[in-house]
Amino acid sequence: MKVVYARLWVRIKGSNQEPEWVAAELVIPLLTLSAYIYLYKMLNAPPEFTGFVVIGGTMIAFWVNVLWNMSAQFYWEKETGTLETYLVAPISRMAILLGMALGGIVNTTLRAVVILVAGTFIFQAPLVINEPLTALLMFFLTITALYALGMLFASLFMLYGREAWHTANLLQEPVYFLSGSYFPTNLLPFFIQLLASLIPLTFGLDSVRRVIVQGEGIADIWLNLVALVIFILVLFPLAKFALNYMENLGKKEGRLTLRWQ
Amino acid sequence: MFVCSWSELQYCIETKDLVRIFKSKDQTVKALDNVSVSIEEGEIFGLLGPNGAGKTTFIKILTTLLLPTSGEAYVGGYNVAKESNKVRKIISLVSGGENPGYGILSASENLWFFSQLYGLSSAAAKEEIKRLMVDLDFDEYAKTRMSRLSTGYKQRLNLARGLLNDPKILFLDEPTLGLDVLTSKKMRSYIVDWAKKEKKGTVLLTTHYMAEADEMCDRVAIIDRGRTLACDSPLTLKENLKENVIMRVEVSSVQADFSFMEKMAGVIGFSQTRSIQTDTTTLKVMVHDEPIFSKILAKLEEQKLKILAINKAEPTLEDVYISLVGRGFEGEGAE
Repeated sequence: MKVVYARLWVRIKGSNQEPEWVAAELVIPLLTLSAYIYLYKMLNAPPEFTGFVVIGGTMIAFWVNVLWNMSAQFYWEKETGTLETYLVAPISRMAILLGMALGGIVNTTLRAVVILVAGTFIFQAPLVINEPLTALLMFFLTITALYALGMLFASLFMLYGREAWHTANLLQEPVYFLSGSYFPTNLLPFFIQLLASLIPLTFGLDSVRRVIVQGEGIADIWLNLVALVIFILVLFPLAKFALNYMENLGKKEGRLTLRWQ
Repeated sequence: MFVCSWSELQYCIETKDLVRIFKSKDQTVKALDNVSVSIEEGEIFGLLGPNGAGKTTFIKILTTLLLPTSGEAYVGGYNVAKESNKVRKIISLVSGGENPGYGILSASENLWFFSQLYGLSSAAAKEEIKRLMVDLDFDEYAKTRMSRLSTGYKQRLNLARGLLNDPKILFLDEPTLGLDVLTSKKMRSYIVDWAKKEKKGTVLLTTHYMAEADEMCDRVAIIDRGRTLACDSPLTLKENLKENVIMRVEVSSVQADFSFMEKMAGVIGFSQTRSIQTDTTTLKVMVHDEPIFSKILAKLEEQKLKILAINKAEPTLEDVYISLVGRGFEGEGAE
């Protein structure tokens, strides 16, 4: 637990040390939100679309955090030399990942709340929350599944060289699109929807939106709940397995602490 | 004091025929070739060799960062490949030229973070951090961001990090790399005191600085292209050269070719240090008998080189290396 707390502390301290970073992380998503909201307004879309975009923009902050601050983290640690220090210490590697994930969740939740509140007030997003506990539960499950995916990526990226950066880039935009951050996915062809269902964010975003924007309850979104629980149950052990596997492979091939590949 | 659990062998570190091969698409490199070393408890043991000799590979295997291709390695009596978690509890690794943590955190915050990886209570960690910072003379930078520290202070921080967990075996990989003379001296003396006066643990040091190995180590293993060529105390290694003659010659050129000495009978080996600033080369030549040296001088004069200085030198560890491989550390590939 000490390791989890220490790594969480580093993440929170590190991410909030520079006011410019915090400002950029808040302003840029709001600008993106406004672009989509005005687009929908120009198309005379119903007012729920504003709420749809605000929730999408809020939740996508977590995906960005998972990709850049979680998945690529071991790669960065390797490049800066701190990974070696972790690997020589008698600690569980999962504890480091968990600390990184929790720190990321705390940081991003603070930013996401600001985006949600600002977005709702500025754009007058109509929110209908009948079951606040369901909203919280779905939010929690979505974030857990998403960070479990981040932990899996972090393990896989550990042996990556520069391609880690490109892979993160490659994953960013398609997930924006497939998870339905700013567009309704039910309009997409079936096979693309099938592909989108492999991303936990798709189920999470859909359920959070339905509970917060459309006022639906747990009886309506139980399928999403089951899907997210399955994601969590599969992704955590998979991340642990991948971490062990990649560490052993790295030790065998000599790539564990090899930098600037 | 720490007692090795591998009691029947009495060694803190022992390797048996350690081999490490790196394979890539276009080449296979044997970084370690049957390296067998035994290091006793409380010893400061040096691995001396040029870049690419296999020193870092060796230390990475012992610190559980790399698996050997074949052979066995034991640290504190534990097999590094099969009992890596037990090994990690008793060791620490400090690598020269590395960032000792997160640039955005202060020196003391970084140390606190690393103390948590070893399970220290926050109060104990803070006390220990304060002590180490005072001892290593960088307490005034406790609140300075790591990214703003000079190389010397970063390395002090790195050493403090390595000592935080009170390791029984301390691995130092080129600990004074890139440091100024004073900082290097201070760090060397601190490490020697830690191991010898305070009797805190065993040290395995890799270096390519001859003086560092000579000054600090009880025993030195000279390693080249993955093979150990000699292993003894610096004094004994140097004593073995007493029968040879070592001359230092300074000539007025940085471009001259001295390869004629490679084929000359009676020449054991030589090294050359070229200085572009002064446009001179300092040769260190080891020969069996003094008369051979006059032949070398004649050859140098044939090349129209101006001889600026000649003097007889006492054997150093570099000369030990020259006597073993016929050349100095210069011109080696990167490790």
